[in-house]
Amino acid sequence: MSIDLRTVAITPLRNTFDHIASRFGDKPASRYQEGSYRLQAENNFHYRPTWAPHYEIFDKHRSALVMDDWYSFKDPRQFYYGTYTLNRARMQETAEGAFSFVEQRGLADTFDPEAKALALEILLPLRHVAWGSNTNNAFISAYGYGTTFTQPCLYQAMDQLGIAQYLTRLGLLVGGVGSVAVARVAWMDDPKWQGVRRLVEDMFVVEDPFELFVAQNFAFDGLLYPLVYRNFDAAIIAKGGPTISMLLRFQEDWFTETSKWVDAFMTTASTESSQNSKLVAGWVTDWVARSADALEAVADAALDQGAAALAPIRDALSERAAKCGAGQ
Amino acid sequence: MSMTDHQRLGLKERYALMTRDLAWDTTYQPMDKVFPMVHYEGIKIHDWDQWSDPFRMTMEAYWKYQAEKERKLYAIIDAFAQNNGHLGVTDARYINTLKLFLTGISPLEYMAHRGFTHVGRQLPGAGPRVACLMQALDEIRHAQTQVHSMSNYNKYYNGFHDFAHMIERVWYLSVPRSFFDDAYTAGPFEFMIAIGFSFEYVLTNLLFVPFISGAAYNGDMGAMTFGFSAQSDEARHMTLGLESIKFMLEQDPDNLPIVQRWIDKWTWRGTRVLAIVAMMMDYMLPKKVMSWKEAWEIYFEQNGSALFNDLARYGITPPKCIEWAAVDKEHISHQAWATLYQYGAAAPFHTWSPTPEELDWLSEKYPNTFDKYYRPRYEYWAEQHKAGNRFYNTTLPMLCQVCQIPMLFTEPTDPTQICYRESDYKEDKYHFCSDFCKEIFDNEPEKYVQAWLPVHQIYQGNCFNPDVDPTAPGFEPLPAVLDYYHLAAGRDNLDFEGSEDQKNFAAWRNLAGRD
Amino acid sequence: MSNVFIAFQRNEETRDIVDAIVEDNPAAHVDLQPAMVKIDAPGHLVIKRQSIEDRMGRTFDLQELQVHLITLSGHLDENDDEFSLSWAN
Repeated sequence: MSIDLRTVAITPLRNTFDHIASRFGDKPASRYQEGSYRLQAENNFHYRPTWAPHYEIFDKHRSALVMDDWYSFKDPRQFYYGTYTLNRARMQETAEGAFSFVEQRGLADTFDPEAKALALEILLPLRHVAWGSNTNNAFISAYGYGTTFTQPCLYQAMDQLGIAQYLTRLGLLVGGVGSVAVARVAWMDDPKWQGVRRLVEDMFVVEDPFELFVAQNFAFDGLLYPLVYRNFDAAIIAKGGPTISMLLRFQEDWFTETSKWVDAFMTTASTESSQNSKLVAGWVTDWVARSADALEAVADAALDQGAAALAPIRDALSERAAKCGAGQ
Repeated sequence: MSMTDHQRLGLKERYALMTRDLAWDTTYQPMDKVFPMVHYEGIKIHDWDQWSDPFRMTMEAYWKYQAEKERKLYAIIDAFAQNNGHLGVTDARYINTLKLFLTGISPLEYMAHRGFTHVGRQLPGAGPRVACLMQALDEIRHAQTQVHSMSNYNKYYNGFHDFAHMIERVWYLSVPRSFFDDAYTAGPFEFMIAIGFSFEYVLTNLLFVPFISGAAYNGDMGAMTFGFSAQSDEARHMTLGLESIKFMLEQDPDNLPIVQRWIDKWTWRGTRVLAIVAMMMDYMLPKKVMSWKEAWEIYFEQNGSALFNDLARYGITPPKCIEWAAVDKEHISHQAWATLYQYGAAAPFHTWSPTPEELDWLSEKYPNTFDKYYRPRYEYWAEQHKAGNRFYNTTLPMLCQVCQIPMLFTEPTDPTQICYRESDYKEDKYHFCSDFCKEIFDNEPEKYVQAWLPVHQIYQGNCFNPDVDPTAPGFEPLPAVLDYYHLAAGRDNLDFEGSEDQKNFAAWRNLAGRD
Repeated sequence: MSNVFIAFQRNEETRDIVDAIVEDNPAAHVDLQPAMVKIDAPGHLVIKRQSIEDRMGRTFDLQELQVHLITLSGHLDENDDEFSLSWAN
């Protein structure tokens, strides 16, 4: 097929799809816009789910949160599939570099044994916590309303699977297969983890997708990540050097990036109405308290400072909530 | 010790640590509360660990390889747009296949994304959960890459402009839509058989080969590229589908009759939806790839028989509809095109009379049926068009309650008789195009009575814009329905001859020196 | 015996992959189509990482096949060294 590739300027009939133009104006649209807005069906469904017959296929009533327009939620990163995977592929290359570096030089073998043992004890059970977040974000993405709301939640779920797998790799590299098995037993039976496991399982049975969003992505992660990937990370570096920390790079970068979109959604939800603001603030209070309680025993085991380390982290999270319009 | 451990682990063991070992049986909340949807279909699973993960991809590998595909794909989409690639297609009639694709298939990719996310949450086994969630990611990839590829066509041609609005309303689009709504609203195991197995394994080649090859043969590099790129994800989907059925059948013999019933149902529903593709292959591609009959023989009859021979060891028999479908393969494309042709005033894409050469090709490919049953009709309509009486049917067709296609299909034993079947349920009578749609209804009437049948809805007055007054003197319902569809009358619809698409394509080609 | 098959996009990398498959599967039949290459084999087909590496002159992870894959038919099994398709009829 030979084509004359002379380029000629032809005037288009229209700039974008009508549903995009009616929202953003008659001008060329971004790929994020065209790939996200109005993609989810809203009307004239044919059947009700046999597994949830009191709801339509996609149903705003699944959440107590009331939005005039669920498409008000907008991911500030503007991730659609293409930009999401490209971004994560770059992060993956960096992480791969770190793991190779540590592995090829045998740095894990020469790491301070006490610090190593503590690192494995605290970090490896978190692979199950990450699986929990994958489970929960799959729920939010499945039953939420509107593509701009549900799309980033699926990316969050798959990021968490990636994190679980990075923690597994860390375990295999630093402690061997045995250490991963030990961590699993600890997750199931060790008293210090039962508060967290109970909390994760309680989240598994939350039915409101936005409440679950608040619980998992704002409240729990909002405490867990600073505790582990800032405080604990720093403590391990102090005891043994940067080797372990190098293997946690993905999670650290991830938390900084994702806090922004989580906060953006919290803000959109809370500033919609005073009713929403109260509702979200209530969820924040409840789930932050439960998360902090659950993490006390972990903080005690992880840090010299113990559970006292949680207080400033909670304060910072309260400030975040207030900025989002979900403060008490 | 740590390094040799890592090296000693094979792909299977490593993958198990990366997936199923992450999950646990909950104790603080009962498993039945965490996974509440797993028993009601009657499927019995005793050991989720028996699930075998064929592709064993970690998220790292997923990001890496999918990003590579995305880079390549978008480079081509960009190049295609920058160079007015749309002017390289064989002729502008081809572009109407893409309108069908964007309005009828891309929204289903999105439904697949939501469906696999839902099933990816609801199945207790970690292995299938991960595979389903990766498929959920792939499906939003497909939805978005299709929208992005077709975005360029939307700028220059009519009928693409409001696909999200149209899938919810336009009469023939309820055919693909109801197919997916049906799968989505079924239980998680049925969803896996319906989509994972029947659609992604048994029928997928019948959707993609026509469209992708059609694109390649007709100079549409953009669609061809997204087609091939999407297909590479499909290999993973196919293996998920095949593993799903094997797993269910191996877990408990009681699962066999349930799975068999689903195979029968979904092969039929899928076959009916593919009538649109059949029509597209035989009538809408200026340069033909192969006939629908040939595609059916290769991709369903031959390929399907290899598959069902393999599954016979579990007690699975080939779908009941195979014989009926074997007769239909020589008829449905002609019947479907005849219908879309005559309802061309109400469809946001163009239709046309086949050229004499195209009629000859159809005679050659369908020696048993075309000249006897269909050529006279098309020749008559072409004459009428020439005489200024291009035929547009202004009465609305009766639809099948289940597949929602107009009652246009004929009895397998007599192609001169429309096939009518019916059932009485509660105080109403329901109508079907075939024994198999009737059987689907009779098995689950409470589900299928809910359907939003476009023609019924029009007659009930539910297909007008809010500001419309049907009681006003001189009210004309059909134009009001087209408004409700957001169909631009005179632009999106009617014959290709004389259309704005036709004029523009010719003028632009001339301008770009491509004549 | 039923055929298994695998189809790839036609590009630089798949040239080596297809050559490796043909050498390791004497009963395989190659069908070249526009932009696609389809390989059929009776009952069983195996793709060996080493064979591909020998031809490409670089390390190759079998998972990379996915970038080029179009479609396949048969039960799939995969380990670090081999990717195989088979029908058990």
